[in-house]
Amino acid sequence: MSYIIETRDLTRKFGNLTAVDNISFGVDKGEIFGLLGPNGAGKSTTISMLCTILRPTSGKATVNGFDVVKNPSQVRNSIGIVFQDPSIDDKLTGRENLEMHGDLYGVPKAQMKERIESVLKLVELEDRADSFMNTYSSGMRRRLEIARSLIHYPKVLFLDEPTIGLDPQSRDHIWSYIRELIKKEDITIILTTHYMEEADKLCGRIAIVDHGRIVAMDTPRNLKEQLGGESIILKTRNNPLYAEKIKESGLAKGVAVADDEVRITVDSAHTVLPKVVDVAGKAGIYIDSIFLKEPQLDDVFMHYTGKALREGGKEISPMARMRRRA
Amino acid sequence: MSELRGIYTLWKREVLRLLREKSRLVSSVVTPILWLVIFGTGLGMSMATRAGFSYQQFLFPGIIGQTLLFTAMFMGISVIWDKQFGFMKEILVAPVSRLSIFIGKMLGVGTNSMLQGIIVFALGFFIGVPISVMMIVEAIPLMILVTIGLVCIGLIIASVLNSLENFGVIMTFVNMPMFFLSGALFPVATLPDWLKWVFYINPLTYGVDALRAVTMGSAWQTILPLWQTIAVIIAFDVLMILIGSYAFTRTK
Repeated sequence: MSYIIETRDLTRKFGNLTAVDNISFGVDKGEIFGLLGPNGAGKSTTISMLCTILRPTSGKATVNGFDVVKNPSQVRNSIGIVFQDPSIDDKLTGRENLEMHGDLYGVPKAQMKERIESVLKLVELEDRADSFMNTYSSGMRRRLEIARSLIHYPKVLFLDEPTIGLDPQSRDHIWSYIRELIKKEDITIILTTHYMEEADKLCGRIAIVDHGRIVAMDTPRNLKEQLGGESIILKTRNNPLYAEKIKESGLAKGVAVADDEVRITVDSAHTVLPKVVDVAGKAGIYIDSIFLKEPQLDDVFMHYTGKALREGGKEISPMARMRRRA
Repeated sequence: MSELRGIYTLWKREVLRLLREKSRLVSSVVTPILWLVIFGTGLGMSMATRAGFSYQQFLFPGIIGQTLLFTAMFMGISVIWDKQFGFMKEILVAPVSRLSIFIGKMLGVGTNSMLQGIIVFALGFFIGVPISVMMIVEAIPLMILVTIGLVCIGLIIASVLNSLENFGVIMTFVNMPMFFLSGALFPVATLPDWLKWVFYINPLTYGVDALRAVTMGSAWQTILPLWQTIAVIIAFDVLMILIGSYAFTRTK
């Protein structure tokens, strides 16, 4: 297997609480892999084990081919991390924070200057590099943390709730940096999030985590398709006849006529759509409009866990909250 | 090599932070001045002066000891601050050994308290303590030895605690007793026996005692011979370094 991250029955208990319960998954090189779940689902605990901050209670995990328990320092050399809570030094400038990181990770002095410039450029903070961190907005801090995590050329980047607490505009920025990053660097990204939109937009594959277990794992599209709840909504000149024809064709799981429109429930709207249009053509029924309704990842989450995934309300330490506001 | 670079960068961070916190530097000068000038003058007036030296001369090494103690402990404990603000995570997850993190912190915090200690030392000039080159040459290494053990106490406390809520408790039960029971303010020799023992188990007592031997010369009689006093300080340093590095390798 050539997975860059692989876990086998990874488990972590805190006393009676099983935070991570026999999680197994593999992440391919160059992928953006998302761990999606509500607060307290075990996402951060999983990341902490992969980053060698926490020891697993049982099970196995390898990162870049190194065992997280047996070779923690090789694992640390291979990874970059952006923590959920801020972890920069306020009394230093942006550049000083980056230099410190480079020193801690033993980045060759000769490359350091250039590397710092290039990561600063990636997150568009070149002109703010020499300002003190306490003059940065929370979005800028996040960006600097992302830049910092890249200095030592990590093979795997962990982003733990990278956009939590940020305004929509900063969030968009961070997303575009992440996309840029996966194109430019030889890197694999694993991110945790409880924002559906984030997982949907960024991730190649998603593992939905609830109560410490993976309840579903696939591409965002497949996950939505598994729900089998996509609808095609059409307005035609002869709705009753059209509904009749669709029923005869056997293309749909369900057909309903309501409010002068025909609602067709299908497994995959993308593949059925041409056929549905074809049926109308053959029957000589004129179509006025077509509207596709895909299930959202929210629906997928609801389907697998039986509960809605609320935005916000993330518990962060009071100190961190104070810091973010500042 | 990379471990040395890690130690260096952790040390550098502490020094940069100190140089940028002007207010802390200023207050680190003001507090000892209050002690030396006001407390020293006031109490000195009402104390029977012993042969050969003034109360302020006697108090001076005690206040140096106090400065080293308070700075080292406060800065050592500030590691908790790093933990709460998340910066500690960045350090702990780096490929640098815990021992190096401990050493880097120890040197950084130690440099801070030495800097402040030296400022106080220079203040001696203003209260009429005769300062010679020889005295500086002897006092500085001694101050370094005293600082190391104190910094380690702070770091050990920080590695055990996770929040600053207990900071007041530490001040009450560690800092203040260590200061008052060190002989910084009054001589140990004239105390009743039962109280003497409390002073004898306090490492700072030996630090202050040795500093007094250096700044007051033959006018001061140490509890133990000077070389034994220094041996006690070094032994305490070694013990604290061992406990500290052990405690640090176990922090999460």
